Amino acid sequence: MRRRARPRAGLPPSACAAGLLAAALLVFAAPAAAQPFAERVKLCPACHGPTGQSSLPDTPSIGGQPSFFVVAQLFLFREGRRSNAAMTEAAKGLTNDDLRAFGEYVAKLPPPGPPADPPDPARFARGRALSRQHPCGVCHNPDFSGREQMPRLANQREDYLLKAMREYKSGARIGYAGAMATELQPFSDDDLRELAHYFSHLGSR
Amino acid sequence: MASSSSVSSTMLRRTLALCALVVFLGLVPLLAVAQQQAPPPPKEEEVPFWAVGRPKAGPGAQLAPVPPYPVPVAADKLPVAKIKVPPGFKVEVYVPEILDARGMRLGDKGTLFVSSNFVAGKIYAVVDTGGKREVKTIAEKLMLPNGIEFHKGSLYVATPKAITRYDDIENTLDKPKDPVLVYDKLPGVVPHGWKFIKIGPDGKLYLPVGAPCNICEPNSDEYAHIRRINLDGSGMEIVARGVRNTVGFDFHPKTGELWFTDNQRDWLTEDLPNDELNRLSKPGQQHFGYPYCHQGDLLDSEFGWGKTCAEYVRPVTLLGPHSAPLGMRFYTGKMFPEKYQGAIFVARHGPWNRSKKFAGDVVAVFLNANGTVKSVEPFMTGLVENNAYLGRPVDVLVMKDGSLLVSDDHAGAIYRISYSK
Repeated sequence: MRRRARPRAGLPPSACAAGLLAAALLVFAAPAAAQPFAERVKLCPACHGPTGQSSLPDTPSIGGQPSFFVVAQLFLFREGRRSNAAMTEAAKGLTNDDLRAFGEYVAKLPPPGPPADPPDPARFARGRALSRQHPCGVCHNPDFSGREQMPRLANQREDYLLKAMREYKSGARIGYAGAMATELQPFSDDDLRELAHYFSHLGSR
Repeated sequence: MASSSSVSSTMLRRTLALCALVVFLGLVPLLAVAQQQAPPPPKEEEVPFWAVGRPKAGPGAQLAPVPPYPVPVAADKLPVAKIKVPPGFKVEVYVPEILDARGMRLGDKGTLFVSSNFVAGKIYAVVDTGGKREVKTIAEKLMLPNGIEFHKGSLYVATPKAITRYDDIENTLDKPKDPVLVYDKLPGVVPHGWKFIKIGPDGKLYLPVGAPCNICEPNSDEYAHIRRINLDGSGMEIVARGVRNTVGFDFHPKTGELWFTDNQRDWLTEDLPNDELNRLSKPGQQHFGYPYCHQGDLLDSEFGWGKTCAEYVRPVTLLGPHSAPLGMRFYTGKMFPEKYQGAIFVARHGPWNRSKKFAGDVVAVFLNANGTVKSVEPFMTGLVENNAYLGRPVDVLVMKDGSLLVSDDHAGAIYRISYSK
């Protein structure tokens, strides 16, 4: 199985996105403006998990994210300034009141816990050192719980953290205030991997 | 509805399971590679540009820019009842729910052009259609398009990277023509790179290039100055040096001199230095102090050694510590009482890097006949509550009827102040 899968490693993300988009288009097939918040909010768990803790690769846990951050990201999706097929579809036609309602709803979901697998102690230590040299906690809070437009990093999925940081660093993702592209320039790709390992495993040992 | 959602949720589950499997298999070799690599070399300490010099502990360590909310305050929730103005003046909401409203300019045909900055990245046109005001977005997805100016039918838009021009704009609001590049010999950096622009009585376009930092000593030919250019982008001259970050200026209605606000350095202390109002009397020959001397009498703790403040032009008045004075306009309307003729209205955005918030208002600066400052008085207040902002004024605009518009990028609104006896 693995021998067959490996050569196709470049394909899955796009296949995944296409599948998600098809699903999202079905889900959101009704005129967007006609769907009240109560209907739309039922769709979040399909990808982000029933309590906001995602078990889906490359898909973030959203529980416990600051409401401002959630509003800002949905705003960016709605305005076409952040790109993700499923979320772009999900954010179409959201009113400002909808954005506020989603922000409050998501912020009240419980924050994710650490993953089941223990951290690699050496990588965890390197990630921690990197996060202090370039003090991520200045903005994201010392416990990485996030505040205002800056997301919670603690116990976010490792793969998603790496994906997000790579997108910021390359400029593929701009973010709300535009700070992260600059902030991540000093880091190598290896640094980003160690940071992702550290943030995702906080509190797990 | 029910059947469509059950079909779709089944499809979602299948899709998600497939995604999980293939992405996991794809990740395995990546993770294996990562674990074999050597630890990275240590990097030197860096913080966001605005945080350089911030206290490392205590209340100061918690201060950060006050981010505007991505959603404007709903029209019926704006704090208009809390706003105070002098007796005889009245405040009303002129345009509600206009996200990140920053600079304002009036077109010849009465169109109100409004810029925005990082939150919205848009240029709006507010059109009065028989008593009902409509907000049209005429450009979007721009990088920090804070600076706008209207001149002879064209709208000029300045970002940190370039100034462009939208010709015949008032006749093409629903489908503006492609912008024409005017000028792009700019550093294009984000720190203090957003612009305020204005065309002077000499017909030239004035633009600032801010310091690319909180406090540093950049080449004054490249940064921390105000320059002017011909409207075709040629003939650049630096008219004022030592200007850290001006986000508002105007030309004296009688003398034509350039007066400008300037935001001084952060993190020195809570109450020093003050932000400034300045007057340029000799274009090309004056230095206003940055980074050596602040507020006319305070040498910088790092760059002030060996200097004296006497070498630099003093501000005409101080506008409060970290108060962030932005847009300003000489009052030339006929509606307000006589004492406001020739006075300057200054929008103060209010500090982020100060524990106790204040300003977040509009002040009136009254001048003596010889051009010196007589007094600075509160004009529009009431937007600071519980050490937080209910609104943050950015720009002021004198309308044809003499009323004053005030933009607020925090609540996303434009207010109108009028006077009647």
